[in-house]
Amino acid sequence: MRFSDSHQLFGGSEKPIGGVGSVLSRMNIDGPLLGGVLLVCALGLVVLYSAIAQNADLWLQQCIRLIVALVTMLIVAQLSPDFLRRWTPWGYLAGLVLLILVLVIGEASQGAQRWLNIGIRFQPAEIMKLAVPMMAAWYLHDRQLPPKGSDLLVVAVLIVVPTVLIARQPDLGTALLIAMAGGLVIILAGLSVRVMLVLSVSSIPGSYVLWQFMQDYQKQRVLTLLNPDSDPLGAGYNIIQSKIAIGSGGLFEGWTNGSQAQLEFLPERDTDFIFAVMGEELGLLGVLSLLGLYLFVIARGLMIAVQAHDTYSRLLAGSISLTFFVYVFVNTAMVTGLVPVVGIPLPLVSYGGTSMVTLMAGFGILMSIHHHRKLLPH
Amino acid sequence: MRLISPIKDHHFEQRMFTARAILSAVFAVILLGIVVARLVQLQIYDHELFSEKSQGNRIRIEAIPPTRGLIFDRRGRVLAENLPAYQLELIPEQIPDLNDTLTRLAGIGLINREDIPNYTDLSQSGPRFKPITLRFRLSEDEIANFAVQRPRFPGVDLQPRLVRHYPDGELVAHAIGYVGALSTADLRRLDSAAYAGTSHTGKTGVEHFNEEVLHGGVGYQQVVTNAFGREIPAETRDFSEALLDRERPMPGVNLYLSLDLDLQRVATEALAGRRGSIVALDPNNGEILALVSAPAFDPNAFATGMSTADYNLLQHDEDRPLFNRAVVGSYPPGSTIKPMLSLAALEVGATNLTRRSVCIGWYSLPGSTHRFRDWRREGHGEVDLHDAISQSCDVYFYEISRDIGIDTMHQYLDQFGLGRETGLDMTGESDGLLPSRAWKRQAFSERADQVWFPGETIIASIGQGYMLTTPLQLANAVAAMATRGERWKPHMVAAFEDPLSGERTLVSPEPLPKVKIDNEFYWDNVINAMHNVMQSETGTARAAGLGAPYLMAGKSGTSQVFSVAQDEEYDEDEIDERLRDHALFIAFAPLDDPVIAVAVIVENGSSGSRVAAPIARKIMDTYLGVADDAL
Repeated sequence: MRFSDSHQLFGGSEKPIGGVGSVLSRMNIDGPLLGGVLLVCALGLVVLYSAIAQNADLWLQQCIRLIVALVTMLIVAQLSPDFLRRWTPWGYLAGLVLLILVLVIGEASQGAQRWLNIGIRFQPAEIMKLAVPMMAAWYLHDRQLPPKGSDLLVVAVLIVVPTVLIARQPDLGTALLIAMAGGLVIILAGLSVRVMLVLSVSSIPGSYVLWQFMQDYQKQRVLTLLNPDSDPLGAGYNIIQSKIAIGSGGLFEGWTNGSQAQLEFLPERDTDFIFAVMGEELGLLGVLSLLGLYLFVIARGLMIAVQAHDTYSRLLAGSISLTFFVYVFVNTAMVTGLVPVVGIPLPLVSYGGTSMVTLMAGFGILMSIHHHRKLLPH
Repeated sequence: MRLISPIKDHHFEQRMFTARAILSAVFAVILLGIVVARLVQLQIYDHELFSEKSQGNRIRIEAIPPTRGLIFDRRGRVLAENLPAYQLELIPEQIPDLNDTLTRLAGIGLINREDIPNYTDLSQSGPRFKPITLRFRLSEDEIANFAVQRPRFPGVDLQPRLVRHYPDGELVAHAIGYVGALSTADLRRLDSAAYAGTSHTGKTGVEHFNEEVLHGGVGYQQVVTNAFGREIPAETRDFSEALLDRERPMPGVNLYLSLDLDLQRVATEALAGRRGSIVALDPNNGEILALVSAPAFDPNAFATGMSTADYNLLQHDEDRPLFNRAVVGSYPPGSTIKPMLSLAALEVGATNLTRRSVCIGWYSLPGSTHRFRDWRREGHGEVDLHDAISQSCDVYFYEISRDIGIDTMHQYLDQFGLGRETGLDMTGESDGLLPSRAWKRQAFSERADQVWFPGETIIASIGQGYMLTTPLQLANAVAAMATRGERWKPHMVAAFEDPLSGERTLVSPEPLPKVKIDNEFYWDNVINAMHNVMQSETGTARAAGLGAPYLMAGKSGTSQVFSVAQDEEYDEDEIDERLRDHALFIAFAPLDDPVIAVAVIVENGSSGSRVAAPIARKIMDTYLGVADDAL
């Protein structure tokens, strides 16, 4: 596939067609990306309405969150990649300081200390979801690629420090996601295939060592995954109920008002397990459409990355798109019982606002990068 | 240092990046393909199985709580059982206005107004269809009262459930502990799946220590429900019974304690109206025969739930009825350590059996004017070790203590198990304290306080100063005297009984390290002196020991609650009751083949030989079957 072809495939916007196109272009907005994101959100709102038992208040709240997130995306889209790059180290440093503050004066709830209240209440780890890949891309921007050993080491430190700080809160899930967002930058920067192979081979004894260090409840999650029926009242309950919900959805039987969700059998049905509600209500056709939309958004993001005009933008756009993919994959694989339950929401669909704003800000960056792309790839 | 960055090959970078991006996209498509394949498997191939399982809507997994194991005494008399009772339950999802319902229930006196916030919390902690219990046991009047008003309270109902019951109430409160309603803290600690249907858990004592076996294993059944989550009776549903999984709960294991209920009763009555503790055990295997802490409380109140006000009353009672003195209470052992100290002195050569010294009623360290007084102001005259034990002469021990030294004292008393947990199968045992130079260095932060003073050795020799022991430790130590150094880990549970097969597994006694004194001659003499404490013309506790149809050995102790200044006189009658000395007594019987060892502590009882010794005698009489009201 050549770039020019793929451009047409995704409705490349260098030739604005008509009024709407030019308005979007002037606002630095990428039409296809916006379209994909909005469709995912719309589908999500429909499913959410069922998952929260037709509670109009909660539903409206989610709509408001969505609007806030979209406005954030719009604002971020106006910042040029050069501007973002210049400010990256400061943003990263500020993020680190906030993470340290969380450990010192953060608000604890349910055994973890994740929130900071300085006028507004937020999780500094959210900032790092973007700041870490930005910092990694910033460092590699004017280095020779593929990166040398010493450069790799520096980037690794830049990634590991915030990861450890977040893992200490403790928030292992977010810490891993952030490490991964940074790791994706390194891989996209051309980390040699040999190093990747060595790392993945060494992960086999590594995972044995990790198993020795895991807490009992973490081991339990893995064991429950292998055999959920062993613990039908405890940890296995979520997976069993979620599989029943999805399985009973069939191909497509119309809006079924599925009982698993409606009768509250399915736990966390408005957050982490909302994909199961969708499977029950809309069947295979419904979830396939959602996965298709996700795939479109990811492909569009990678497209933007390929067309980006400098190393920083390229690496950042690639990392943002692939991170989004990881969210989608981990959540859907977990709800269908393919990987352990790790507590990652379904992006843009699960109830809740914190991560949605971060995601949309990421899309805003993609749009800005797209607006400032090289006009002719060759 | 790099001055000029190497020239970046932008075209190469671009190509490489594009390749990687395409590779990632392929990778992503493959992974999502796996998810899609899984969805096809679940939604197309297994669709029928899953729709049958969900059957349009109606399967719910319901936990069946196991029946808690029973607790018996050594002769099979029930100490803890489960009785049916009606409890008041509420199902959050069926109540439109929880606060209003609770307020109205408080209005008719079924719940306490101040407990409403607790119920509100509880109702938010679980699934909304799971009932929460407001009251664990209603009286017959309350049942009648509620039955009349039930239409006013949709979502609130009476449920027959099993409730823990302790037939002897206060009598065994501290010996076996109690169960209480699961708190949110318990729920965090316990496996929530195993406790899915359970309302109570062991909070203290044997009930807590053996929680895992007593609780049993949860069962579950899948129930068919209608669209509102209510169960549909079997006869009205169009659903194959075979599809419903169920697993019976596994009832909890029954416990047979070594406790003797009759002895427990006599011991409890002997302490009636006092604060104190009694521990009696079998020196040949460490079985606890009686374990009393007075005053006690009614454990049934915890099992059925009590109001916050009632609980506060117990909690703030000056006599501390909730405090288990037998295993947690730490007291200076006083003169009860003299027999053990004598063995140590003989073993290390600090004294011998013929050495005599003259007691003039006080003792001073060389070069000091401070007088360490004997309990008898006029002194005991000329005494040897035997007399020093049987008459409890303090001065003799003051003298030899300097040759023993605090660290040797620590070493031998430690062998008797003083100053450390005995390992009893109950929770919350305290260590007590056995001082030594090393301990003092580490216990104090100021350098000046870390030095061990000679005077501290002197008072340690009569079990005063820093030294603290629990009644349980003293009982176990006197048991080691009785067996001449053989020691066993004390234990409450004598046997576990499989509730289904009735098969009993006996708990085998667990030996503890022996006291390292091998000279039988020393043991003979010290034990004989303890015998003379109770059954000779000059023994301190002869009033308690004379006239018994069997031979016994004992030692009194009186430990100070506050210090009397150098020249002041301790006058019992003028002192506030709570500042009077603690009375202690340790004993075992029969002399030649001991089967019972006892430690008695009467707080502020003034005199070990006058107050505590008769209690010990009474317990031994009962156990040996020679009491007037023998059983």
